[in-house]
Amino acid sequence: MKLPNKGVIIPWLIPLVLLISWQFLSWVGAIPERILPAPTQVFVACMELLSTGELVDHVSISLGRALAGFLIGGIIGFLFGLFNGVFRFADLFFDTSIQMLRNIPHLALIPLVILWFGIGETSKIFLVALGVLFPVYINTYHGIKSVDKKLIEMGKAYGLRGKALFFHVILPGAMSSILVGIRFSLGVMWLTLIVAETISAQSGIGYMAMNAREFMQMDVIILSIVIYALFGKLSDVIARYFEEKLLKWNT
Amino acid sequence: MNKIQEQGIGIQINNIGKSYGERCVLENLSLTIQKGEFVSIVGKSGCGKSTLLRLVAGLEKMNNGTIELNGERLDDLNRYARIMFQDGRLLPWKKTLDNVCLGLPKEKKENAIGALQQVGLKDRIDDFPSMLSGGQRQRVALARALVHNPSLLLLDEPLGALDALTRIEMQNLIESLWKQKKFTAILVTHDVEEAVTISDRVILIEDGKVSLNQPIKLPRPRKRTHPGFSMYVEEILGQIMHKKQRKANFDMLLSPSKEEQLLFNSINN
Repeated sequence: MKLPNKGVIIPWLIPLVLLISWQFLSWVGAIPERILPAPTQVFVACMELLSTGELVDHVSISLGRALAGFLIGGIIGFLFGLFNGVFRFADLFFDTSIQMLRNIPHLALIPLVILWFGIGETSKIFLVALGVLFPVYINTYHGIKSVDKKLIEMGKAYGLRGKALFFHVILPGAMSSILVGIRFSLGVMWLTLIVAETISAQSGIGYMAMNAREFMQMDVIILSIVIYALFGKLSDVIARYFEEKLLKWNT
Repeated sequence: MNKIQEQGIGIQINNIGKSYGERCVLENLSLTIQKGEFVSIVGKSGCGKSTLLRLVAGLEKMNNGTIELNGERLDDLNRYARIMFQDGRLLPWKKTLDNVCLGLPKEKKENAIGALQQVGLKDRIDDFPSMLSGGQRQRVALARALVHNPSLLLLDEPLGALDALTRIEMQNLIESLWKQKKFTAILVTHDVEEAVTISDRVILIEDGKVSLNQPIKLPRPRKRTHPGFSMYVEEILGQIMHKKQRKANFDMLLSPSKEEQLLFNSINN
């Protein structure tokens, strides 16, 4: 028997089974409410927070930070990767310094960042941008460096120069590597944001979770974690979409 | 930028030398190629035949000597020439038509379609190279080279990776397009039969020098069954393999060794 939407159903089987057994175990009392509230309770908490508008506020603030940080870090990383990959001088000039900075765990900068920027928006966006920058940089740089030299030679032999050579040969050749960097950095983006919001914030999903801890609102804490999981999946779906669109020749 | 309208180009190669570090690949090599001539370059692998082609294409710089194209000295990329590589080098992210359009002004898209038609792939315009067979990919590469109407076509073992039947088909295709467009062509190949089938002249390169310069005076279209055909192939192959030396080796193999002689004697006794 062939299901009509096999590709859509099968990936969600494990989450669904987990959810059902979680609900069942809570229901029979195997999981104490103090430790882990039932999915229904989390759902109720979600509805309550939705009705007050609180959830939408926190989520949109977090999304805004994630996006701003991602764009800033991603663009800077991409441009550096591009220039260092294409121009020998830029490579010599910047790469060593970037490699040194790259190896500092950016989350270790949190104390410094709080002192510099306080706990406002700037500090979160700064941290996200910093976290996103390096994976995008590394993969763009390597993508460009590892474009098949034979194809570049062919392009030159067919009269391509400068901009044309870059857009027809080098950039498409580096694209799969660049997309790997973007996919990876989306993970870093969420990770950084969660940590930053959990440690120091006055809004956002991380703040919502930390605030709930103060009042022992287990359901809200679980809700925040579930939201992060869903956003993680969402960014993966977006990355996949672009991969399929830009790399359809690669199938 | 591309000076490609005029048909065919004469090439004068004067005493060129090329070495990579210590290793000397070409040494004082001179060669003249007439307008519209089809010349094949054969030789053992590593003899420098591909290097010679790359020098004519302007993809590499020689250490000494000059190359003149219609009397004009080549010192950069060869603008008269289009090169076709052994591995095709199609851009995998471009569809067939876009690959042929590479480096072509937008308004000449029609020519690209025409070129694909000439190589019999008009119906594969919208396919990516990964969907084509090896032979089809080489035909696209040929269309991409010819769409510029080059006055010099350089072929760097373009058929080396193809199966025997596809090779013959491609040889016929290249020959007919060459007849029709009257460009000058240089084919680098390790297949002597291919060279004799298709070219006006076969050049053998050994030790960085031209060691044989053999015009092929057979009527076209050439048949492999023609008595002259195998004569030419034999002669060129003989030169490559140094027949005399080989024959001597054969004699040695045929004469029994001492041990065999002893064995013979013991049996006979």
